[in-house]
Amino acid sequence: MSGGLIHAMVVAEPLIGFDTAALAKNFWALTVDGLTYGSVYALVAVGYTLVYGVLRLINFAHSEVFMIGMIGQYAVLMMLGFGPSGNAYDLGIAMTVVYLVLALAGGMAISGGVAVGLERVAYRPLRKRGAQPLVFLITAIGASFVLQEFVHFVLPRLTGDTLGGVNAQQPIRLVVPETQFTLFTANVTNVSIIIIVSALVLALATDLFINKTKFGRGIRAVAQDPVTATLMGVSRERIIVLTFLIGGLLAGAAALLYTLRVPNGIIYSGGFILGIKAFCAAVLGGIGNLRGALLGGLLLGIIENYGQVLFGTEWRDVVAFGLLVLVLMVRPTGILGESLGRARA
Amino acid sequence: MSETPVTSPSPAPVSTKASVANRPHGGLGDAMRLWWDALPRPTQWVVGFPLVVFIALLPVLNLPVLTTVGTNFGAVMAQFGMYALIAIGLNVVVGQAGLLDLGYVGFYAVGAYTVAILTSPSSPWNQTGDGGWLSRDWAWLAALPIAVAITALSGLLLGSPTLRLRGDYLAIVTLGFGEIVRLLADNLDDVTGGGRGLSQVAYPRIGISEDNTNGVFSAGASSGTLNSGVWWYWLSIVLILGTLVFVGNLERSRVGRSWVAIREDEDAAEIMGVPTFRFKLWAFVIGASIGGASGALYAGQVQFVNPTNFNVINSVLFLCAVVLGGQGNKLGVILGAFLIVYLPNFFLGRTELFGIPINGTEIAEFRYLFFGLALTVLMVFRPQGLIPVRQKLLTYGRELYVTARRTVRKDAA
Repeated sequence: MSGGLIHAMVVAEPLIGFDTAALAKNFWALTVDGLTYGSVYALVAVGYTLVYGVLRLINFAHSEVFMIGMIGQYAVLMMLGFGPSGNAYDLGIAMTVVYLVLALAGGMAISGGVAVGLERVAYRPLRKRGAQPLVFLITAIGASFVLQEFVHFVLPRLTGDTLGGVNAQQPIRLVVPETQFTLFTANVTNVSIIIIVSALVLALATDLFINKTKFGRGIRAVAQDPVTATLMGVSRERIIVLTFLIGGLLAGAAALLYTLRVPNGIIYSGGFILGIKAFCAAVLGGIGNLRGALLGGLLLGIIENYGQVLFGTEWRDVVAFGLLVLVLMVRPTGILGESLGRARA
Repeated sequence: MSETPVTSPSPAPVSTKASVANRPHGGLGDAMRLWWDALPRPTQWVVGFPLVVFIALLPVLNLPVLTTVGTNFGAVMAQFGMYALIAIGLNVVVGQAGLLDLGYVGFYAVGAYTVAILTSPSSPWNQTGDGGWLSRDWAWLAALPIAVAITALSGLLLGSPTLRLRGDYLAIVTLGFGEIVRLLADNLDDVTGGGRGLSQVAYPRIGISEDNTNGVFSAGASSGTLNSGVWWYWLSIVLILGTLVFVGNLERSRVGRSWVAIREDEDAAEIMGVPTFRFKLWAFVIGASIGGASGALYAGQVQFVNPTNFNVINSVLFLCAVVLGGQGNKLGVILGAFLIVYLPNFFLGRTELFGIPINGTEIAEFRYLFFGLALTVLMVFRPQGLIPVRQKLLTYGRELYVTARRTVRKDAA
């Protein structure tokens, strides 16, 4: 951090910088960027929260579902004829939107499919055997290894080194970040607008789906009391598949949005850190709580962004993990509490 | 572990069917284990000692079936020794106390970095040079207990706020801890050397001769059968045996029984008067210090540490060893560690197996894929691992157990 670097005496570790001046100066810009990241976290967090609400289980492989979504939307764009070039495509607004929607659909379809497949292969057999929670977790770790290594080693062999592999994919730039307007002192780019608006729309749609539709009522019923829900004619198995599907679809959408902001984030290990942060977001808002996931995601994005300026970019992930520990210690049920199962209108 | 067998010896069963139903789920060689348990202690020593010697001599004997082609067998066995120690330590936390720790690599890193920071000339806190209080020749041995103590402290630091959490939450928090340790090592450039790492870490300087000017433990002693790998392997066997005795005694004590009680049902244990938090913390601290010892072993053997070796993927690999072998069973997790280390190295560089042409290097490259598959398949079909635990809840229940099992067998016959 250049200029105005203050080594605060209160910080126990003098090796870490403590730059309050930069934070004050870039406050609004950091807030907007934080919201951009936060909306991506929120969408992934919904996947964790839904599965947790229904199954009382942290779907550890969800981060790999997100990662596959990134690969998926990239593959769709390649099939549409786009190649990785350093330059951006100048398509005009209408065609850009069409291609973005196609890529979104592709990413969502692949992520949703993988999430449902994962449930089928890794979780359902265990549920049938009444396995312990620990066993579920280890299976999920195994499955996420398989997915990662599939993209790492198998996919490049299948596609002739065009997809997957050790290095990140060369970005396909559909949207070039351009400042659209200034909010307070912050420049808001078109990419930020696309990400925040689409994420909010998707989150709202999910909330409506859970709260207003028949299927949503089924999900809430199973989350609240699986046995009674089954007795009332709700198929638990079908509901579980549905929750995995919704989580997967949203992760796929998040994958496209994330690659707009971080074009060179498409790599086999790219889901890991983001998945953990999304889980942090879910816990922060109250795991099992849809609106909590949204709130937690946005908050985490913002706090993390402030933190990385305060302490330095390299401490970004540490801030997120530290926040997780702090929240779990002070309020393990999160800000809004666990509530998917609690009956609401 | 709902499948843990009934451990208190049941009275002689009425029928054969009942005795079959009562039988603990069979692991690899359950009959052998019964035979082993039935032997008196001195006989166990007589049988066990040559076995340990044989295992220790494996890299010297270099059996053609077992040896590795693409890499030095001694080095592989040294790595196995390190992993075995880690597996024993992680087994205390995961297998005995049932706390899922996904950040175990953090403790491994703390141990390795403690030794490196104290003894590497590139570290600002190097104590082996002028004015330091460590002699260059014995620095590693002196740093080992310090590393263990500091990792134990870090276990206490991590455990005391987080052990109120349960199950998956604890897993995530420990995962975060592992990452934090790695990020600290990566970013605190002034102390840890950042991404460059710390080189020239101390190692025991023994057996200096004309061939080995730096002693047998030096990484430079890489030729011949008695290379540094073999010596590190022997050193780790000594550490492993000591740890096994220590952990075994703990297991049979009040602490071990509390762990099992917590693992089986934490609420019930708490209600029955077990101070669960304290014993969970014990498990964490003891597990951490064993991990620290292994980290020290690693730092000494490789004489170099850098952050990339402490990825979370390693944490998962350690967990693989424990789960694969059979959590809760000390011998099981050692077998698990062996498989984890040995299998990829076995395939490395091989071009054919039993006459069938294979690309061994490719197989070794795919190891994480195979581990992932193995973990998933194993959890679905055999969640208890290859050698499952048969927990002896009763401190002095061995003789009683054996007698009861004999009766059951006689009835069955």
